[in-house]
Amino acid sequence: MKDSPIKVALVGNPNTGKTSLFNQLTGLKQQVGNYPGITVERKVGSCSLSQNKKAMVLDLPGTYSLNANSLDENLVIELLLNKNDKDYPDVVVVVTEVENLKRNLLLFTQIKDLEIPTVLVINMADQMALKGISLDIPKLEAALKTKIALISSRKATGIAELKDLIVNYETLSTEPCLNASDIDLDYFNNLRRIYPNQQLYKLWLVISQDVNFGELSKNVIQNNSFSKSDDELKKLQHKETVKRYQFINDLLKIAKKVDVTKAKDLRNRLDKILTHKIGGYVIFLGILFLIFQSVFEWSSVPMDFIDESFASLSTWISEHLPAGKLNDLIAQGVIPGISGVVIFIPQIAFLFLFISLLEESGYMSRVVFLMDKTMRRFGLSGKSVVPLISGTACAIPAIMATRNIENWKERLITILVTPFTTCAARIPVYTILIALIIPDKRILGFLNLQGLTLMLLYLLGFFMAIISAMILNKILQFKSKSFFVIEMPNYKIPYYKNVGLNVIEKTKAFVFGAGKIIVSLSIILWFMASYGPTDNFANAEKNIASEPQNQSLAEDDLQDKIASYKLENSYIGIIGKSIEPVIKPLGYDWKIGIGIVASFAAREVFVGTMATIYSVGSHDEEENTIKKRMRAEVHPASGKPIYTFASGISLLLFYAFAMQCMSTLAVVKKETNSWKWPMIQLFVMSGFAYLVAFVAFQLLD
Amino acid sequence: MQTTADLLQKEQKAIILSFNLDTIPLKLIEMGCMEGHSIELVQTAPFGDPLYLNINGTHLAIRKEMASDIVVEIIEN
Repeated sequence: MKDSPIKVALVGNPNTGKTSLFNQLTGLKQQVGNYPGITVERKVGSCSLSQNKKAMVLDLPGTYSLNANSLDENLVIELLLNKNDKDYPDVVVVVTEVENLKRNLLLFTQIKDLEIPTVLVINMADQMALKGISLDIPKLEAALKTKIALISSRKATGIAELKDLIVNYETLSTEPCLNASDIDLDYFNNLRRIYPNQQLYKLWLVISQDVNFGELSKNVIQNNSFSKSDDELKKLQHKETVKRYQFINDLLKIAKKVDVTKAKDLRNRLDKILTHKIGGYVIFLGILFLIFQSVFEWSSVPMDFIDESFASLSTWISEHLPAGKLNDLIAQGVIPGISGVVIFIPQIAFLFLFISLLEESGYMSRVVFLMDKTMRRFGLSGKSVVPLISGTACAIPAIMATRNIENWKERLITILVTPFTTCAARIPVYTILIALIIPDKRILGFLNLQGLTLMLLYLLGFFMAIISAMILNKILQFKSKSFFVIEMPNYKIPYYKNVGLNVIEKTKAFVFGAGKIIVSLSIILWFMASYGPTDNFANAEKNIASEPQNQSLAEDDLQDKIASYKLENSYIGIIGKSIEPVIKPLGYDWKIGIGIVASFAAREVFVGTMATIYSVGSHDEEENTIKKRMRAEVHPASGKPIYTFASGISLLLFYAFAMQCMSTLAVVKKETNSWKWPMIQLFVMSGFAYLVAFVAFQLLD
Repeated sequence: MQTTADLLQKEQKAIILSFNLDTIPLKLIEMGCMEGHSIELVQTAPFGDPLYLNINGTHLAIRKEMASDIVVEIIEN
């Protein structure tokens, strides 16, 4: 028995500290991936229970009940109903929280009906004294037919007891704690008669909702003389819920005591301030402002350091490795490519840090509450605020986060406009362009002008999202009933382990996801920039040197001429030149054109691409950072800099509006189940971006 | 006094008498919205909507439209 680990599934309502417990049990020994075919996060980790026992812990998505409302909740049910699933647990740990025990127990009683060994965890036990709560554990254990672990996932108390219960899971009772079939005896007796080998509650779950469960399909079971209409099924579900609550209410009346005089209500006082009709908005805007100022200010130190380090690494390699093609490829292709990803780790990590702080503390739900009425005017829901804010990190998880918007129209509009919010992948482009065209000055003593510009770009993104939502709200003519329900959880001080692990996980995913594309793209670009199809490329030295006006040039200038002549006649130069007429009215040269085309894979590719293109032609040791190279770039004919205020602003606006991310398009296709919507995003957004960039350049130039 | 949940005053406590099963989603029932449970208006959002309620100890927010389908009996002002 030593070798096979016990399979444990963590199940629970949202906001019960389930993830804290998962992090407590598994620490850094966890992997986050996706379930095959669907974009639901799958978190597993290993945990040692005793000297020779291990557990594989699976953290299932948070759910309020076994009646599925979303893809995430469906997954919980499908797993718990399918004994053949490789993740099917030996023991289920239901995580509840002491203050919301009543509601949390509803899910517990449903899971008990599935006859899987089940442990009940009551979390935040350390809060009991403070809130004046006392529990009669023996009574609860007897009535719920289970073993209870009283824990505090944050203070790590009670974890050893929980591990003991998991090790001895075979001794747990698998008997249901109430008889749900009482709600309609005739109906359930009929079911039992026709399917004597199936577990009754499982049958009921398959009938009452659309879970995907092999041969036991809803249609087959429903095809009976005694089957029920959807309305009748909902009535039965209501009856079932009432029955479960009766059981729980009766039990808690004797087993849970609350001394109201001891309860201190922090929630009440904070809510008065944070959801105040004026103060609430001021605080929310202040928080956003703080986030964007700090993302720009605080991360500039590590970013400069990373930039310089990669530049010297590149120089070191080109000097110390034997000269040749391999040396060039590494120093001019791979290293600039990698540095183009690594440099943005500080900013992205800061963003993910702030977003997970907002979610962990319970503040995000208050923002949803504050914004719902306003958002509804634009055809959105208060819940659209969460995707729009997390869209500032990345549109992909943001679009997945729209799943809890109950109304399909509001959800579709949110999905369509989310890519306008400024995602982390735009930061590299914005940062470098802002540094080039906006002076590093302070106004009013504390506002950094560059930080302010960045914030304006973020606001512009939000503004565009809202405007297009308004237009879509007018155009899209389908009615669907709005079911807006959101839990307002207790305020919590964010738990450092949850926040830390989340930041590490998300940053890692971004860096490796983008990293793969960027590095391979920079290698391809380097090849295309270093070789050409025609004789012009091969004979560059001869052609330039033989021109009469070049005879008097100094050696360095001559080398420059040769390098840029070579680049223009390389594969990439030829492609770039052919698209130049299209982008010239926006103020870009063909090199930027290559950057833009490459950016349709992913926006963050831009900086790496520019770095690779510019470093191929450069021989000057001084110009070894990306920024310096871009600043030094001039029009070959006029000698004027490429990155002026006009072309810079035009480029910023193009990146603000264009739909340049293949992964986002793929996610939108998955979530909307059609190519129609992602294609609309691609063409409408990019067309609009072109138009705006054109107007901006023509006005400013 | 009998009324509907959208007409509750701030900090007014009531008991849920009935609700429209066709329009109230199962999720809300599961969160505690059912006959006999207590309901209290904690706060109203700016512009009067949505409503922040305490139902049977669960704190949640719903829109006025949905709250108007919940019939309640006020027990304490």
